[in-house]
Amino acid sequence: MDFGSHLIQQLINGISLGSVYALIALGYTMVYGIIKLINFAHGDIYMVGAYVGFFAITVAHMGIFPALIVSMVVTGLLGMVVERLAYKPLRHAPRISVLITAIGVSFFLEYGSMYFVSPTPRTFPRVFETEGLTIAGFTVNGQQLLIFAITLVLMVLLTYIVQYTKIGKAMRAVSFDTETAQLMGIDANRVISVTFGIGSALAAAGGVLVGVYYNSIDPLMGIMPGLKAFVAAVLGGIGIIPGAMAGGLILGIIEALVSGFISSTFRDAAAFAILILVLLFKPSGLFGKNTQEKV
Amino acid sequence: MNIQRKNDLMYLVLGLVIFGIVYGLMEGGMIGSFWKLNIIIICINIIMSASLNLINGYTGQFSLGHAGFMAVGCYVSVILTTNFHMPLIVGMLAGGAAAALLGCLIGLPTLRLNGDYLAIATLGLGEIIRIVIMNINYVGGAAGFTGIPHLTTFPWVFFTMLVTLFFIKNFVNSTHGRACIAIRENEIAAGAMGINTTKYKVMAFTIGAAFAGIAGALFAHCFYIINPSSFTFMASFNYLIMVVLGGLGSLTGSVAGAFVVTALSAALASWPEFRMIIYALALILLMFYRPQGLFGYVELTAFKPFRFLDRTKGGRE
Amino acid sequence: MKPLLKASHVVEMFGGLKAVSDFNVYLEQGELIGLIGPNGAGKTTAFNLFTGVYQPTSGEIEFDGQSIVGLAPYQITQRGIARTFQNIRLFSELSVLDNVKIAFHDHVKYGLLEAVLRVGRYTEEERQIERDSLELLKIFHLKDKAYETAKNLPYGAQRRLEIARALAAKPKLLLLDEPAAGMNPQETQELMEMIRWIRKEFNLTILLIEHDMSLVMGICERIYVLEYGHIIAHGTPEEIQNNPEVIRAYLGGAS
Repeated sequence: MDFGSHLIQQLINGISLGSVYALIALGYTMVYGIIKLINFAHGDIYMVGAYVGFFAITVAHMGIFPALIVSMVVTGLLGMVVERLAYKPLRHAPRISVLITAIGVSFFLEYGSMYFVSPTPRTFPRVFETEGLTIAGFTVNGQQLLIFAITLVLMVLLTYIVQYTKIGKAMRAVSFDTETAQLMGIDANRVISVTFGIGSALAAAGGVLVGVYYNSIDPLMGIMPGLKAFVAAVLGGIGIIPGAMAGGLILGIIEALVSGFISSTFRDAAAFAILILVLLFKPSGLFGKNTQEKV
Repeated sequence: MNIQRKNDLMYLVLGLVIFGIVYGLMEGGMIGSFWKLNIIIICINIIMSASLNLINGYTGQFSLGHAGFMAVGCYVSVILTTNFHMPLIVGMLAGGAAAALLGCLIGLPTLRLNGDYLAIATLGLGEIIRIVIMNINYVGGAAGFTGIPHLTTFPWVFFTMLVTLFFIKNFVNSTHGRACIAIRENEIAAGAMGINTTKYKVMAFTIGAAFAGIAGALFAHCFYIINPSSFTFMASFNYLIMVVLGGLGSLTGSVAGAFVVTALSAALASWPEFRMIIYALALILLMFYRPQGLFGYVELTAFKPFRFLDRTKGGRE
Repeated sequence: MKPLLKASHVVEMFGGLKAVSDFNVYLEQGELIGLIGPNGAGKTTAFNLFTGVYQPTSGEIEFDGQSIVGLAPYQITQRGIARTFQNIRLFSELSVLDNVKIAFHDHVKYGLLEAVLRVGRYTEEERQIERDSLELLKIFHLKDKAYETAKNLPYGAQRRLEIARALAAKPKLLLLDEPAAGMNPQETQELMEMIRWIRKEFNLTILLIEHDMSLVMGICERIYVLEYGHIIAHGTPEEIQNNPEVIRAYLGGAS
């Protein structure tokens, strides 16, 4: 393959990977926007989502779409339970305490799942066998099409919820100023809980899609994508929903280009290098505004 | 002789007594080779947790990349001892210096970030260090570096640990250490008191990195082979757990934390998942009920039976 | 003689908002000056400009004959300006004594190696710091609380500790940001006596932000009045009291 078509092929791969990052990054960014917590356990929520999808398909013999919905609902509830049990009691604790708790929750989900579903990777059933598209010599395979479609639908849905529904407006209000929002009669605890639910459901969708795409899932699969999604969220400007979408896509594309043209071993390093560059030169991210501490 | 010197001497005597007992038991064959290795690892982990505590606990800068500095010290030292047949001490010093240099270079730009941003940036840097090492064929890449001479002995690790603890203890009890603690407490007020906050953050980070490098050198020479997978961010988390469990800002806590976590890991070696679940629950419960860790900001000498070790605060009660 | 502190035509913009504009202030050596004005007038912003927390958008600030624009807060403290904060910023988990000890930082001469090995100047200097710190605490009636955790002190004592800590940095100019906020009348009275006394004792120049008019009138030699980032009046307490602009700014009403 010549350079040009190789490039386009890598771009297609990058967008599929980036879509998944974007789905996970949304949860990070929403949670950070609302309670200023880097939810380290978010990557593991995504892993749980993949497993729920896996069992829905293999044990309950569901099709891909019902399995996706079941996984999103179950994992969304899990996210809310985690928030209720682990983070809510620490609402007024120092941020570092909450961060450490999140690391604890992350370990708990990883090794708890290992205990229940065994550490060996599972082969995700091939439930989505569709012919890919071939346009002008480039192949977009069926799984990639599925990822694009689902991601697009979910993002439209999320934008609708955040912009036009009552709960979405409440989320924006709490994110802007929790105390004032409460004075206006918004139940901040409920809003935070719903935010965790939505974020976790999106991550679960990402998990199922990755299962379909790579055919393999394991209990530690969430660690790296979780961190990458965080990078994506920071890249786009943490707390900003369109930022997370864009950040995820950009990161996915950069990774695909690095693996395609340099070496796949440097893929992870590239993501972290981006993180550090962004933090140093534009810590508010591509879409963010700068703020200063009041003295 | 002044009171502080007397205190230092007391600690030294206490250290020597512990050394004598443990070494005696080892030489007498009362401690098997499994626990012998684990005691060495405990000492190395104490160096790691104490040095990480200087950054995270005393200076309040949340670093999650400590294993990266350990990796640097480890690889620099094994190159010197294995390929150039240098003695262990040269490897330790060079490893520590290399890690310190890198810590300083990395610290200068990143320590402008605060809180969770710094945490994630240092995590990323630690990973970058590991990935770079994985891609250097000269040190064996992902397969690892083999043929390392077995130079680490119990006296080496014990006395290095003792030096580390003395260094950090004396550092934090000086104007330099107080500057670091002031940054943790209130960075803006620290600046207003004439403290160059950037300088002291980088200093704490560099000193912490140096000791992590030294610990890495000692760690490497316990084994025949060493590979980059020993230095993932999971390892950094492990050191973090020790520090948090013991207490951010307590040296006694770092020692206790390293001891408990390492001993627990060794005891539960056959049930790795179970071990991690216990850690996870311990971390969460700790944050709920005792976020300051087992020792908080307090040292051993705050407890009555140990007060004889510290006479400087005689007038406290 | 040149003034100790001189701000000329200082402007500070936050985004499009002018927090301080065409700000001109001078302080002579040894003066005790008040800076008053309604909430949000820009008083604390002025302090933040003098101490390097903010950098002026334009204009010049000179201290001791040299420009201090562009210097970091710690450099300005090292030149001889120390401050307290409106919203108390103590090292709250540390002991009262350690709070003061920390502020001696810039005057310590022993190096890192001396500290770690506890040789050379370390022992003697540490002893001196401890003595001087306790001495300062005594002045502010905090000596018997030296080993208490700072955050457990009553509010008034925390404010006094902030001043003691600022003095430990051995400043030429002391900036006090609402030192009497939250104190009862008696505490306020005592504090004012104390401020007068330390000015003499430590040979200080003091600039003081205060809400309580009567208090500023009682001890300051000159007063600047700030409103919406502008200095609307400047003069002796009597002049200020009779200034129609000031009366309007404070009491409102048509003018």
